[in-house]
Amino acid sequence: MNILVCVKRVPAPGARINITADGQQVDTAFLGFTVSPHEECAVEQAVQLIEKHGGDVTVLTLGPAEAEEQLRTAVSTGATKAVLVPIDTTDWDPQKTSEALAKVIAELETANGKYDLILFGNESADSCGYQVGIRVALKLGRPIVNGAKGLEIESGVATVRRESDAGVEIYKLKTPACVGVKEGINLPRYPTMKGRLASKKVAITQSAATGETGGLKLITLQRPAERASNTKILGTGPEAASAVVDLLEELGVFK
Amino acid sequence: MSVLAVVEHDRGSITSASLGVLTAARSLAKQMNTKFEALTIGSNADALSELIAKYGASTVHQAHHSALTDFGPEAWGESVAQVVRKVSPTLVIGTGTERGHEVIAQTAARLNLPASMNCLEFDKGFTGAEPLKVVRARWGGSLLEEAEIDSPIKLVTLANHVVEPTEEPTSASVSVIDVQLDESVTQSFVQDRVERVAGVTLATSPVVVSGGRGVGSAEAFAPLEELAGLLNGVVGCSRAVTNNGWRNHTDQVGQTGTRIAPDVYIACGISGAIQHWVGAMASKNILAINTDAQANIVTKAGYAVIGDLHAVVPAISAEIRRRQNK
Ligand SMILES: Cc1cc2nc3c(=O)[nH]c(=O)nc-3n(C[C@H](O)[C@H](O)[C@H](O)COP(=O)(O)OP(=O)(O)OC[C@H]3O[C@@H](n4cnc5c(N)ncnc54)[C@H](O)[C@@H]3O)c2cc1C
Ligand SMILES: Nc1ncnc2c1ncn2[C@@H]1O[C@H](COP(=O)(O)O)[C@@H](O)[C@H]1O
Repeated sequence: MNILVCVKRVPAPGARINITADGQQVDTAFLGFTVSPHEECAVEQAVQLIEKHGGDVTVLTLGPAEAEEQLRTAVSTGATKAVLVPIDTTDWDPQKTSEALAKVIAELETANGKYDLILFGNESADSCGYQVGIRVALKLGRPIVNGAKGLEIESGVATVRRESDAGVEIYKLKTPACVGVKEGINLPRYPTMKGRLASKKVAITQSAATGETGGLKLITLQRPAERASNTKILGTGPEAASAVVDLLEELGVFK
Repeated sequence: MSVLAVVEHDRGSITSASLGVLTAARSLAKQMNTKFEALTIGSNADALSELIAKYGASTVHQAHHSALTDFGPEAWGESVAQVVRKVSPTLVIGTGTERGHEVIAQTAARLNLPASMNCLEFDKGFTGAEPLKVVRARWGGSLLEEAEIDSPIKLVTLANHVVEPTEEPTSASVSVIDVQLDESVTQSFVQDRVERVAGVTLATSPVVVSGGRGVGSAEAFAPLEELAGLLNGVVGCSRAVTNNGWRNHTDQVGQTGTRIAPDVYIACGISGAIQHWVGAMASKNILAINTDAQANIVTKAGYAVIGDLHAVVPAISAEIRRRQNK
């Protein structure tokens, strides 16, 4: 079984997100980078599936050259191949991104055969566009369901479990298919020693990016208005318990 | 020209997010001096037209096809795309929910149009002819983006809970549109569904007692469970906790977890990273219990206790019991 997972390099901010002076980007001067938690889970799900059925997991990203780091991390947790589509900014708009990804995937498939499954995150952590996976799937002519909290594959049918307000829903897609994965589907593993070695050795294939600029344009990033809070310190250590319970009584949650 | 609201419903029951979308679509249509129309998908939603008219739609388009008996993201997206081709709206608004984002993304992909999800504001001067300026939520709400949608038809979803639903009744006309769906889009329908049992959930509980990395282990959540029990609340957690396998992801609060808005949120041993904070910030009152007086959650919370949660939490439970027994 061959599975492709699309991941995006994003900053990993802590207590607050700072924006560059021109308002165009997150200020990453003191930040590490990661991929969206949904995508981490997509990689883990793909690795679990090949552990069961055999095959390869290829990770694919469109991003700056540094995104190699995220590809290597994915290999350290079990992915077997990595493809980088280098661009000279942090990201492209969703239409342009999906056009480029679809083209690269088509090329990879011409060379290596069709992927049984192509996995995405439900949404990327930074732009939260909820659309790149859907656009790519349509360009490739494959079915896609987002929000997967369960994913099994058996005799050419991918069974997707998804949660809604009403309950747990089951979808069945004939492979080749695409699925948008949500965090919680599994617990991603930590890199193993063997994985770390593999990640150092893996060859990162590069593929050229091409695409037309789409119609959604960023003007500026802004921080939402912060709620001013003057924290009332109720006390230190267990002695504060009485003040806490006074507060809970006052707030009406304990009578 | 018109503003088209795509109504989200579950087997014929309208979702609350749709009411905000109908209200927003009405006021945008007024501002643009154009018609406000709505779209329901599947004949099981036909009966909603009466309710939709209460929100002021002049026409309710009802997309019909024998396959449209339940939710299916591709069939819904294709239906919306066909209706959009037919009625040529200027602006299409969907719900800012999992299904809503998915349907608008499907529509956008099929029409090769841009789409902007989770919009909080629309340009007050927008007339319909020019590119539309919006403010949309990014980073799960930690950052806002002012963006411009430049396309003949603008597709957006409205961030949930942003617009308060208000009625303004009219008499709406109904137009049935038979859509054409082939097997490329009818595969991805809900095949089976296990209904949720009603009960208090993390999203709806008035009290949430959450634990973070500071709790230290799965077993050490027992005192938090106890306190939550005494307050008729539920236990939540941070991603550090789910990452460690101490608790299930269903308990996670935050950007990729659940967004909560309880009366009281008690955050124990949680630092308050931005991705956690966006899930908790709608809480009416926040009490942080942390050893670090400088932790982000402590400086942002309304109330705090500085100390070791392993001592503080049991002391609170003991005090509640003492008062209950009096
Ligand atoms: C894209 C993305 C999405 C994310 N989504 C989420 C999300 O949905 N939800 C989420 O929670 N996180 C999310 N995260 C992770 C987030 O950035 C933080 O890593 C995480 O919230 C940290 O969890 P924590 O506060 O429990 O741990 P830490 O940051 O390690 O904080 C532990 C805290 O416990 C305190 N402490 C330690 N011991 C004690 C003690 N004995 N008594 C009292 N206090 C003590 C410490 O002072 C510290 O403040 C996301 C990250 C990314 C990059
Ligand atoms: N630059 C990119 N490179 C690879 N995959 C991407 C990229 N951008 C988005 N994706 C994939 O598409 C999903 C949805 O992205 P978005 O539409 O931005 O929310 C992400 O979770 C990724 O799996």
